[in-house]
Amino acid sequence: MKKIKITTILFYGFAIFYALIALGPFVWSAITSLKPTNEVNQFAVDFSTLSFKNYIFLWNKFPFAKWTMNSILVASIVTCGNLLFNSMAGYALARINFPGKKAILMAILGLMMIPGQVVMVPTFILLTKLGWINSYKGLTIPFLFSLFGIFLMRQFFLSIPKSIEEAATIDGLSRFGIFFRIVLPMAKPAFTTQFILMFNGNWNSFLWPSLIARKETMYTLPVGLNSFYGQYFQFWDQVLAGVMILSIPAIIIFLFFQKNFIQGISTSGMKE
Amino acid sequence: MFPVLYKEVKKMATNLIKSKTPPNKRKIFFVKRETLDGWLFVLPVVILTLVFLIGPILVAFMLSFKEYSFLDAGTMFDAKWVGLSNYTDIFKDKIFRKALLNTSIYSLGVVPIQLTLALSLALVVNSKIKGKSFFRTAYYIPTQTSTVAVAVMFLFIFKSDGLLNKFLGIFGLPAYSWLNDVRFALPSIMTMAIWSSIGLYMVIFLAGLQEIPDSLYEAANIDGANKWQSFWFVTFPMLKETFFFNLVVSMIGTFQVFDQAYIVSNGNGGPLNSTMTMVLYLYRTGFREFKMGYASAIAFVLAIIIFILTLVQKKLFGEENQM
Repeated sequence: MKKIKITTILFYGFAIFYALIALGPFVWSAITSLKPTNEVNQFAVDFSTLSFKNYIFLWNKFPFAKWTMNSILVASIVTCGNLLFNSMAGYALARINFPGKKAILMAILGLMMIPGQVVMVPTFILLTKLGWINSYKGLTIPFLFSLFGIFLMRQFFLSIPKSIEEAATIDGLSRFGIFFRIVLPMAKPAFTTQFILMFNGNWNSFLWPSLIARKETMYTLPVGLNSFYGQYFQFWDQVLAGVMILSIPAIIIFLFFQKNFIQGISTSGMKE
Repeated sequence: MFPVLYKEVKKMATNLIKSKTPPNKRKIFFVKRETLDGWLFVLPVVILTLVFLIGPILVAFMLSFKEYSFLDAGTMFDAKWVGLSNYTDIFKDKIFRKALLNTSIYSLGVVPIQLTLALSLALVVNSKIKGKSFFRTAYYIPTQTSTVAVAVMFLFIFKSDGLLNKFLGIFGLPAYSWLNDVRFALPSIMTMAIWSSIGLYMVIFLAGLQEIPDSLYEAANIDGANKWQSFWFVTFPMLKETFFFNLVVSMIGTFQVFDQAYIVSNGNGGPLNSTMTMVLYLYRTGFREFKMGYASAIAFVLAIIIFILTLVQKKLFGEENQM
């Protein structure tokens, strides 16, 4: 009996300890972002001096509002494109028999092995020639699809029963009708997983936007925050307010959709 | 008269509808409906892949045998062919070797710790612990955070008068300027990476754990297995596929590390190249020194390394796997 108690205590101890490690840096950064500049290096927190002045300052005196708008716009377009195109392709590869399907599937699996950095130089040259550097086109169009996303959607569609679609075919619905009216509503968990992974990936992405957005007004939040940090790194309260502006939207989205997220990962058969 | 005609017409119409081939077998312009549908569904992705992936891969391959700068007057097709010299140069390049070494250390350090912790945390949130959803959310939140935000937060905590040194000071340990110290800069980045990506692997492990049927545990229980034994003989073998998936994804991810190294060292890989990673070096040669042929060759060497490592892991862990 006593032994069980000790293991339970150790178990809870570990769980709480790691929760502190996971949340600690956030809590500490959030508190610091609310402090006046001269108290940043103090470890005692004087609650009466905390304020949102750094946020107001960043929002009004620096282009954080513009960067946030850029990030929202780019991440939304990229996420919508991915959800639509990946699920369409994933569906066709799981369900429709057409010549060339095998070749496409093989190509996807092969190309997934090639790291994205291989195409960095040529894509940059291509975007320059197209005049898409410093444009929303450049920040969105090359990223509207994801091979990994297609693969996940295909795995998901393979896992759902065919009979409903067959019934719909007999009722005379076309492929597009079946896909948009019957299949997509069933794909909610897989969609949520894709949504979180794609939105998060794009919202947080740094390397590509820093190549494409070279003008300050085109920066997305990660690029903007890095440039702000480079210039004002001694003002930690302001820098950390920037960190919060960047982090909080992604966390809120996760909190909002997390219920379906894990279920989606299981049904997408990620483990395969 | 009319009722008869009406009946005839109705019969004909019904026959017409009945004889109709199912919609997916119908032909449009001599192409099977099914074929047309299939290609229409994959068309957007096929076009995007050709323009932004396959095309650039072929161009990168060509460039890797050329000497080309973005600032050259001519196009990349006019650029000088240099044969294999970009590739041979890579192996003589001291900074590249340093980058390869750093990236390997980074990967060897991050992957095992990351996966062990992720599995432990997945077991925690899969257990009957109270406040399960709180713990699950707490553990996942770092993964939801941008690498830029993570790097900046850790720069603040790791700075010489930061929280970490204050904390170590309580135990009488010396303070270091972690990210400016050649010995500690890379381990500091590794810590950030582990902290920020555990959540994803935890969630995938969790999905794998939830698929293990309860009947297996019940059977083990009947056979008199204790908790450890049922972990080793039920959970662990059943998680093999999930483990392999995580191992491959984690390994590929660590070999592509860039963001943290870039932000911490302001793009230089400093101090003294101690945070120079392969992708950071690729970025620097391609986009700061504009040696785009050489950068493309580096990219292919990176791709080959990742490919070989994936194959090795497949041989070791995933015989019956199809990935």
